[in-house]
Amino acid sequence: MTVLTGPRELPALETNRELVLPSDAERTLDNGLTVIAIERRSVPLVELRLRVPVERRTLDLPFLARAALLSQTVFSGTPDMTTAQIAAALQSVGGALSASLDADRLLVAGNGLATGLPRILGILAEVLTSATYPEGEVTTERARLIDRIQVARSQPTHLARVALLRRMYGDHPYAVQTPEISDLSGVDSADLAALHAARVQPAGATLVIVGDIDRAATLELAEEALGGWTGASADESFPPVPPLLPGPVVLADRPGSVQSSMRLALPAVPRTHPDHAALQLANLVFGGYFSSRWVENIREDKGYTYSPHSVVDHSVAGSALILSAEVATEVTAAALLETWYELGRVATAPPSEDELEQARQYALGSLLLGMSSQAGLAGLAITYAGYGLRLDFLAQHTARLASATREQVAAAGATYLAPARAAIVVLGDAGQVEASLSTLSPVERSSTNGAGAEQSGA
Amino acid sequence: MSSLDQAAPATLERFTLPNGLRVVLAPDRSAPVVGVAVVYDVGIRSEPEGRTGFAHLFEHLMFQGSENLEKLAHFRYIQGSGGTFNGSTHLDYTDYFEMLPSNALERALFLEADRMRGPRLTEENLRNQVDVVKEEIRVNVLNRPYGGFPWLKLPPVMFATFPNAHDGYGSFVDLESATVADAADFFARYYAAGNAVLSVAGDFDADRAARMVELHFGDVPARPAPPRPVFAEPDLAGERHSSYTDGLAPLPAFASAWRVPDPIDDFAAYLPYVVLAEVLTDGDASRLVQRLVLTDRSATNVVGYVSVMGEPFDVRDPTAMILQAHLPPGGAVEPVLATVAEECDRLAQDGLTEGELARTVARMSTHLLREADTALSRALQHAVLEQQRGDAGLAEALPGLLAGVTGEQVRAAAASMVPARRAVVEVIPGGGAS
Repeated sequence: MTVLTGPRELPALETNRELVLPSDAERTLDNGLTVIAIERRSVPLVELRLRVPVERRTLDLPFLARAALLSQTVFSGTPDMTTAQIAAALQSVGGALSASLDADRLLVAGNGLATGLPRILGILAEVLTSATYPEGEVTTERARLIDRIQVARSQPTHLARVALLRRMYGDHPYAVQTPEISDLSGVDSADLAALHAARVQPAGATLVIVGDIDRAATLELAEEALGGWTGASADESFPPVPPLLPGPVVLADRPGSVQSSMRLALPAVPRTHPDHAALQLANLVFGGYFSSRWVENIREDKGYTYSPHSVVDHSVAGSALILSAEVATEVTAAALLETWYELGRVATAPPSEDELEQARQYALGSLLLGMSSQAGLAGLAITYAGYGLRLDFLAQHTARLASATREQVAAAGATYLAPARAAIVVLGDAGQVEASLSTLSPVERSSTNGAGAEQSGA
Repeated sequence: MSSLDQAAPATLERFTLPNGLRVVLAPDRSAPVVGVAVVYDVGIRSEPEGRTGFAHLFEHLMFQGSENLEKLAHFRYIQGSGGTFNGSTHLDYTDYFEMLPSNALERALFLEADRMRGPRLTEENLRNQVDVVKEEIRVNVLNRPYGGFPWLKLPPVMFATFPNAHDGYGSFVDLESATVADAADFFARYYAAGNAVLSVAGDFDADRAARMVELHFGDVPARPAPPRPVFAEPDLAGERHSSYTDGLAPLPAFASAWRVPDPIDDFAAYLPYVVLAEVLTDGDASRLVQRLVLTDRSATNVVGYVSVMGEPFDVRDPTAMILQAHLPPGGAVEPVLATVAEECDRLAQDGLTEGELARTVARMSTHLLREADTALSRALQHAVLEQQRGDAGLAEALPGLLAGVTGEQVRAAAASMVPARRAVVEVIPGGGAS
């Protein structure tokens, strides 16, 4: 063993192992369902993800309410099984399934012991083909959903998101992603059954199964279980998102708030766009990870905030760069100023070689870490499937990240991180922060107040 | 397809360096990543009076530069190697960890060894991190509904002594009173090689990794572990009930807790409580979800778990079984507590139904195996089990041990959950909704 004395040298990185994609197999069934089976035999489990698109042409708030309640009741019963029987049957093979809704899709997610896969698929099929939405269970879940919305509306991060979505999307379907309580009140069993018949259909849906499986046998199992799930789906698609235009800082009042929730949105591009890798790297240099200029400035130098972050956020109809920070009330304007400064720096001057290499290694490493577990692979595969991509996109993206030049990253910074293009929303105690924010930018009070009183009166 | 039996425990290597550092290596070449964890045997319960929140504040200071590293260098080297990092402060331990592509293993070992030799404790870094921690507390406690519920709100009702009862995030007064000298003392006392475990899991060759460990940690000065204090308290002499108003909360809520057997010294008696928590609350087929949420509709959700931070295999005595629920607007806590008592009594009297135990334990196995599927969780779990029990391999044995818990043991555990042994903290909603 070498004896080390004095300043020590940081060990060099060893040669990296090449990116190896897991083995997969895919089949589109006659009913239109795409099944993707991916082997990772690290633990004797399976992960399942079923994605059913819920695209729509307009901001249809009653549809949103029905879809949200459907996601909470789809496992509430079939002609042969009650809620508890469904849950117990899944549990007996170490399994569980649950459904959730976001702006783009209904997602059924779950996992269980690999030996239980036939049972899990059987129950999934039974629910998809014969969910009954019993009135009593619908009543219970509707009340619970309303309770959860009430709790969400007391959370600043939720209120800031509500204000930001309104600011970004106007009357696009993305503008409201939490149902109105008034729209939920009238939703009943018949509404849910009708929505299920119209939209919970195999055409356009994707099922991903990852784990300790044989690919070919798993495709057979899935076809056997889900081949009988038939029906035509409404052929709807989203309109494109409206252009994101800069404007005054939108200030949503939350009296007594001890922090301000600051959000900035900038236009971005989808994963497949030629600029995407360079944009991702420019964002990392700016604020996309801990070792970024923005985090080192407003957290590690100034102590304004705990966990600022900046992400390229993709949805089916459009992509955006979203900056988020919860900052102490008294430094709200100062934090916005530093944010502008750091955006401006990335937009006007190229990163140093060292900064770019550090960001590049982080981006490449994140891909490896993300696919190193069954759950990680399942999440990546189902997300990509929503955009018509497969896991081989990881290899393409790796190559683009590896080859992006400093000039390309500088150009992406100028195009996508220019502070002049930002839409800005601040949720906080307006009485405390409005005057100082007004020294930096015109400020406009939000029409949707962030305070508890108005929200809960809905 | 594999069966449970074929998920044989990966090879586990354990050794101790001459300076007292215990090391656990768990190679697994299935993905090109490694998890690295260093766990120090000090946590919230060891904070001195007048310094609430200090263990957590000190955790932040361990990222602010060390013997050979400037401030910010640790973050940059980990992330610039494609990795992620964090640290967290628990009741009985503090962990520091990274997950990285496996070609960066030696770099991660170097970085952990460097701060084990000594962090750079400066006035400027201390003041900066006090500000950051205050923002963390505002985000997680002060500016949101149900902040710190129940992990900060239950201990003062459940326990009587400062180590067990105090606020582990800390008061702003105490945080602002912290000094560089306090930090130096804390490091000298608790951050000794002999008080730490290093654990590595993932894509590496065990012999090679062992040599790297010796190279980088071998000359960390030997300092013995401090004597570990006993935090034991007697069980409650009678029911305790406390309430507070949460100005942001829209719904009533409560958390109730019962002391459980010593998780380390009386593991066989403790394990049935871990199973009982799942029998009562895991999913729509569980007893309390069925009764409170789906049938009576007296609760809008209910969860149950052992240990206030929900980590049943990462905690020492004294700890508790916790059942908590949010109620619909206007809901009253007492009737729900009465129903919980009735359901525990029914389980104690009638025992489990056919298949109930087997399906509950099957689901618990999935949770354990799923956690074991990431190199980082494996490294963390091995580290804490090695530190607290001298038995990293317990991680792989847990599914089998859970399967050995009997219905009679679960029934007996339920029988002990009587109101007279209960501590309850109730949240009175001050938000506008209800």
